Amino acid sequence: MTPVLRVENLGKSFTVHELGKTIRACHGVSMTIMPGEFVGITGRSGSGKSTVLKMIYRTYVPDEGRVLYDSARFGTIDLCETDERSILYLRKREIGYVSQFLNLIPRTTARSTIEEAALDMGRSAPEAREEAEALLSHFELPPELWDSFAATFSGGEKLRLNIARAMVKHPRLLLLDEPTASLDDYSKGKVRDLIERLKGEGTTMLGIFHDLEFMQGLCDREYAMSAGNFTKRADVLAGAAS
Amino acid sequence: MTGSERLESPGPAGGAPMLRVEKLSVRYGQGCPRCLSGDPGSLERNYCPECGAVWALSDVSFEVYPGEVLGIVGESGSGKSTVMNCLYFNLEPTGGRARIGAYDGGSADVFGLSLQEKRHIRNSLLGIVYQNPTNGLKMGFSSIANVAEKLIAAGNRNVGRMEARARDLLGRVSIPSARMKDAPANFSGGMQQRVQIAKALSSNPPVLLLDEVTTGLDLSVQAKVLDLIKGLQRELGISMVLVSHDLGVVRMLADRTVVLLDGRVIETGLTDQILEDPQRPYTQELVHSML
Ligand SMILES: Nc1ncnc2c1ncn2[C@@H]1O[C@H](COP(=O)(O)OP(=O)(O)OP(=O)(O)O)[C@@H](O)[C@H]1O
Ligand SMILES: Nc1ncnc2c1ncn2[C@@H]1O[C@H](COP(=O)(O)OP(=O)(O)OP(=O)(O)O)[C@@H](O)[C@H]1O
Ligand SMILES: [Mg+2]
Ligand SMILES: [Mg+2]
Ligand SMILES: [Zn+2]
Repeated sequence: MTPVLRVENLGKSFTVHELGKTIRACHGVSMTIMPGEFVGITGRSGSGKSTVLKMIYRTYVPDEGRVLYDSARFGTIDLCETDERSILYLRKREIGYVSQFLNLIPRTTARSTIEEAALDMGRSAPEAREEAEALLSHFELPPELWDSFAATFSGGEKLRLNIARAMVKHPRLLLLDEPTASLDDYSKGKVRDLIERLKGEGTTMLGIFHDLEFMQGLCDREYAMSAGNFTKRADVLAGAAS
Repeated sequence: MTGSERLESPGPAGGAPMLRVEKLSVRYGQGCPRCLSGDPGSLERNYCPECGAVWALSDVSFEVYPGEVLGIVGESGSGKSTVMNCLYFNLEPTGGRARIGAYDGGSADVFGLSLQEKRHIRNSLLGIVYQNPTNGLKMGFSSIANVAEKLIAAGNRNVGRMEARARDLLGRVSIPSARMKDAPANFSGGMQQRVQIAKALSSNPPVLLLDEVTTGLDLSVQAKVLDLIKGLQRELGISMVLVSHDLGVVRMLADRTVVLLDGRVIETGLTDQILEDPQRPYTQELVHSML
């Protein structure tokens, strides 16, 4: 079987010109993820977890290494090398990303936030509407909020909306950066339901989690990160895969 | 320029760009051997200390794909509006070329065409929203007449149909029907901007040039204008060049972004990459100052 994702020797330093400083965020990061797997990354704050995810999504430009992704449309391509237009296509159609910090589209209602993601996938307007409403209900966002700007929502509501937007795409690869941070247990349960559903549909997922308890029983494997590198290999599993 | 060259894309996604701009330069003043050498080090910012020429643009290149929004950011005076004015043929560039996918399969340099051909391209393939509404509208004519002006230029003659179309477009940008016969001179800045958008869209152009469309509008009007633009991009697949000081607007609408400094492109990339991992010192400074 072809891995969905093969990260090889990824490294990244940030140069902050103002301060004349260079920060080494990660180096020598390698991992392989097979279709349908749910792989977790854990580690202390600042260890480089988000940086790895953002390099895969090409928000950050890696200094070295390769990210080989098996695309449904293009076959295996190096996400670090391929042109921006192909990345834009993959973001629309194949690779979803839930950011650690809320990145809701400003000046957009909850409903259209999700509908737009579905429309990007090529769904018809009625389908997009139906799926958006199904997800808004699943996450129990009060209907009176559906047509309000998400900017005014509570932190938890925004977070749920953020996740719903990524999930409506049923992406081939879903990158999750602390999707449950600051959610109450009830909402976490809702996120877990959807993750399980996506897993059932064969979505491959790579997620960063603070909440180890949440990961247990969901993740197939775990990479532990420390000071910009994986310290614990994924096959040394934290007793999750049942 | 060769006539046989075609537009194409390098990556696996394929497809040809709708707009390709190559080495666009605009110079005010005579120029001298020093600045004509093209060496970036010969200028102080965009100014030649030897002859006093201003190089508003130097070797600016970029492309925009069908349905794509390209953001242009940069400080005041960096050349953003100059790019727009060249593309709309308001300003003759000193050098460089541009090709439009919807014209002649993208094989012609549109800057080299006759005035008549340029007028045809402007009227039927391009729409523009100017930073300053007085550049885009006849302030003393009715809003309907302003929209109709572009329809007439694009070859429409049926008055009844033109009025209906103008009303429809003005409605889409939320100009109340009761005010459609009013002159933009009596409108707020936000309403004037929306009349410009209605006018720009009237010929269903494949390329739309937007220079600070939301600047000076209050938030709820901005939201409407932005919604409208997003809808146009998705439903009609219009390619857009979007100049904005508001990085929130750029983040929301632009797929890729070009950073201009002193008339040169200093960085280009995916919009989120430009905003979150800017490479050049200047881009870092710009992004930090605008966040
Ligand atoms: N855009 C950036 N510019 C400069 N430095 C950055 C940037 N992003 C990350 N860094 C630095 O890289 C290092 C790793 O950051 P990263 O965000 O990957 O950590 P993390 O493991 O996700 O931490 P947390 O658990 O707190 O989210 C940190 O020192 C951080 O300051
Ligand atoms: N007639 C002229 N003679 C000399 N210089 C000129 C002339 N017209 C414009 N310029 C210069 O060209 C440069 C580019 O101006 P432009 O209007 O494109 O900037 P901009 O990026 O749109 O700025 P803003 O954000 O303020 O709208 C400026 O430095 C301007 O001073
Ligand atoms: Mg993080
Ligand atoms: Mg300007
Ligand atoms: Zn000179």
